[in-house]
Amino acid sequence: MTALDLDHLVQPDRVHRSVYTDQALFDLEMENMFEKTWVYCGHESQVKAVGDYHTLHIGRQPMVMVRDRDQSIRVLYNRCPHRGVQLCGTHSGNTGSGFVCPYHAWSFHLNGQVRAIPLAKGYDGTRMKLDDPQASMVPAARVDSYRGFVFASLSPEGPSLLDFLGEAKVAFDDMCDRSPVGEVEVVPVCHRVVQHSNWKFFMENQLDALHPSVTHQSTGVSARRIEERVKKNQGSAPLYFHYLSTFASSFDQWDSVQTVNFPYGHGILKAYMGLRPTDPDTVEYEGLLKKAYGEEKAEEYLSRSIHHVLIYPYLSVQSPLQQLRCLRPIAPDKTLSEIWHFRLKGAPEAIYRRALWYFNLVNSPATMINADDLENWTRGQWGLQSKGGEWVSFHRNMGGDTETNGVAYSNNGTSEVVMRNQFKAWQAYIRPAVQPAVSVA
Amino acid sequence: MSKTTLTTQQALGSGVIIEAVHSMTGAESIAPDHMGRARVPAQGYVPQTAAAIDPALMHQVQTLLFRQAAMLDAKCWADWIALFTDDGVYWMPSNPEQTDWASQASIFAEDPLLMEVRMGRLQHPNAWSQAANWSTNHIVGNVMIEHADKDTLEVYSRFHMMELRRDNVRHFAGSYRHSLVRVGSDWKIKLQRVDMANAQGAYDYVIQAWV
Repeated sequence: MTALDLDHLVQPDRVHRSVYTDQALFDLEMENMFEKTWVYCGHESQVKAVGDYHTLHIGRQPMVMVRDRDQSIRVLYNRCPHRGVQLCGTHSGNTGSGFVCPYHAWSFHLNGQVRAIPLAKGYDGTRMKLDDPQASMVPAARVDSYRGFVFASLSPEGPSLLDFLGEAKVAFDDMCDRSPVGEVEVVPVCHRVVQHSNWKFFMENQLDALHPSVTHQSTGVSARRIEERVKKNQGSAPLYFHYLSTFASSFDQWDSVQTVNFPYGHGILKAYMGLRPTDPDTVEYEGLLKKAYGEEKAEEYLSRSIHHVLIYPYLSVQSPLQQLRCLRPIAPDKTLSEIWHFRLKGAPEAIYRRALWYFNLVNSPATMINADDLENWTRGQWGLQSKGGEWVSFHRNMGGDTETNGVAYSNNGTSEVVMRNQFKAWQAYIRPAVQPAVSVA
Repeated sequence: MSKTTLTTQQALGSGVIIEAVHSMTGAESIAPDHMGRARVPAQGYVPQTAAAIDPALMHQVQTLLFRQAAMLDAKCWADWIALFTDDGVYWMPSNPEQTDWASQASIFAEDPLLMEVRMGRLQHPNAWSQAANWSTNHIVGNVMIEHADKDTLEVYSRFHMMELRRDNVRHFAGSYRHSLVRVGSDWKIKLQRVDMANAQGAYDYVIQAWV
């Protein structure tokens, strides 16, 4: 592929279907996006004690995030330098004071440095030296965190984490600021769902305000019917009905929800659920925030208009309800999503229950919402594999958005500026790998 | 490599015998404080057994469980929901250690009103994921009554569900724990706990209806 081909495949108002289906392009994405940029590893509360670890993939690379003896968090390749065996074989656990290979018992400190080798004199006079970095586990080139959320980059170069996140760091501010002590703690239940579609379907869908009342019509209508009945009989209905009934809405309503689109493909879908009830639990909770931050700051934190924040190319953070979904692409047509939620430290139990209900109803593997998304993305993937057309259209409201200092504000919520902005970032990641006229496949 | 004249025949003419001895294994000698020293504890739930159970009661309970499974497979959702008390709960925990449906992250935690929402969705002509051929087949067995008194029963059983969706077959298996209460001459479900063996496995697609 050449730079010329790239400009043909990704045009400002449409992209070629192969961007979603082609294995060579997928490999380029792994190499130049996922294995270079800052990738979310986990929250520091996932590895509280020394030796606690959590395994994950950065692009195609198996990694382990671990709490070191000095309390720092390390991100290492999950690979023994001897014969390549993965050192941690489960999603999470505690590895004690170090890693020990299950094959030949090479052992390593929690920072990855080799600690002991069996019958070490067997290496006397060989090229394998204990002080050679090749005898130790390889660390990620860079590890950094923001408000407890840990990221790693496999590239020594590139923007800092804060530069990469840019204004999208509000995802983590918005989540943490809702706690009276400014911190969240992970709830140690991770649901994992495999999507049979390219990872970009998910990223585009998250800020796609045209789809909810179509894709989720069945659940929205059903929930609205029951919610209205409960309201009639009891005066009010639990808030969680609203999580579902909000999808029983009109195109015009969705068109009024704005998106904000940042550099690097990040973006925000502004709020539409109106999660400021006035029940006693909320009043107590808002009182705690006001006490902690003062009237003005608390009001600013509580009234931030955010539904999702997207950290392109893999993370969706629903900060007002403390939910997080992280993509781990597997193949052009296969994507693993990891789904977490968090507890606001210092907030009343009733406020946690709101996040819990959302996690159960919308983000669990029995979700009444994502079931239909997954179905549509699968059918989308199949459609793009066909020769029934070559292009994916992102023309909606082209030219109708407002761009200021590199940030594009949609004047219509349903503007496909979301996808146009994501592909602008996509091109910037991929372009250095293909120009000038380097042939890739 | 040292140069000696060793033939294969000579090499095979001598050897050692490794015996289990009272010394550290190789792995222990390298990392004596490594995790894994503690024995793996027993895991999971073993049902209790109630004293004498009237065969007629056992028959009644089994009929309820088998009919419940048949209703799911026949998509008779309204009849299925009617098996629960008004304050009944269908609960599928995320892991076997969980003890409370209301405060812990579940896969399902639904009362009859939320069940009705799900039913309405499943029956809606535009439930897109339902457009594909979709059916299930349940087998329920190993039924044990753990506790019985006049008005309440605790029942343990195991299930296996095969699901067909489009051209894909999936299997889900695990145990049910039904807390039943007497309503007239009938029993209704106050709490159905569903522990899926693959609750925390990666889901290839999601679950659409109750298991």
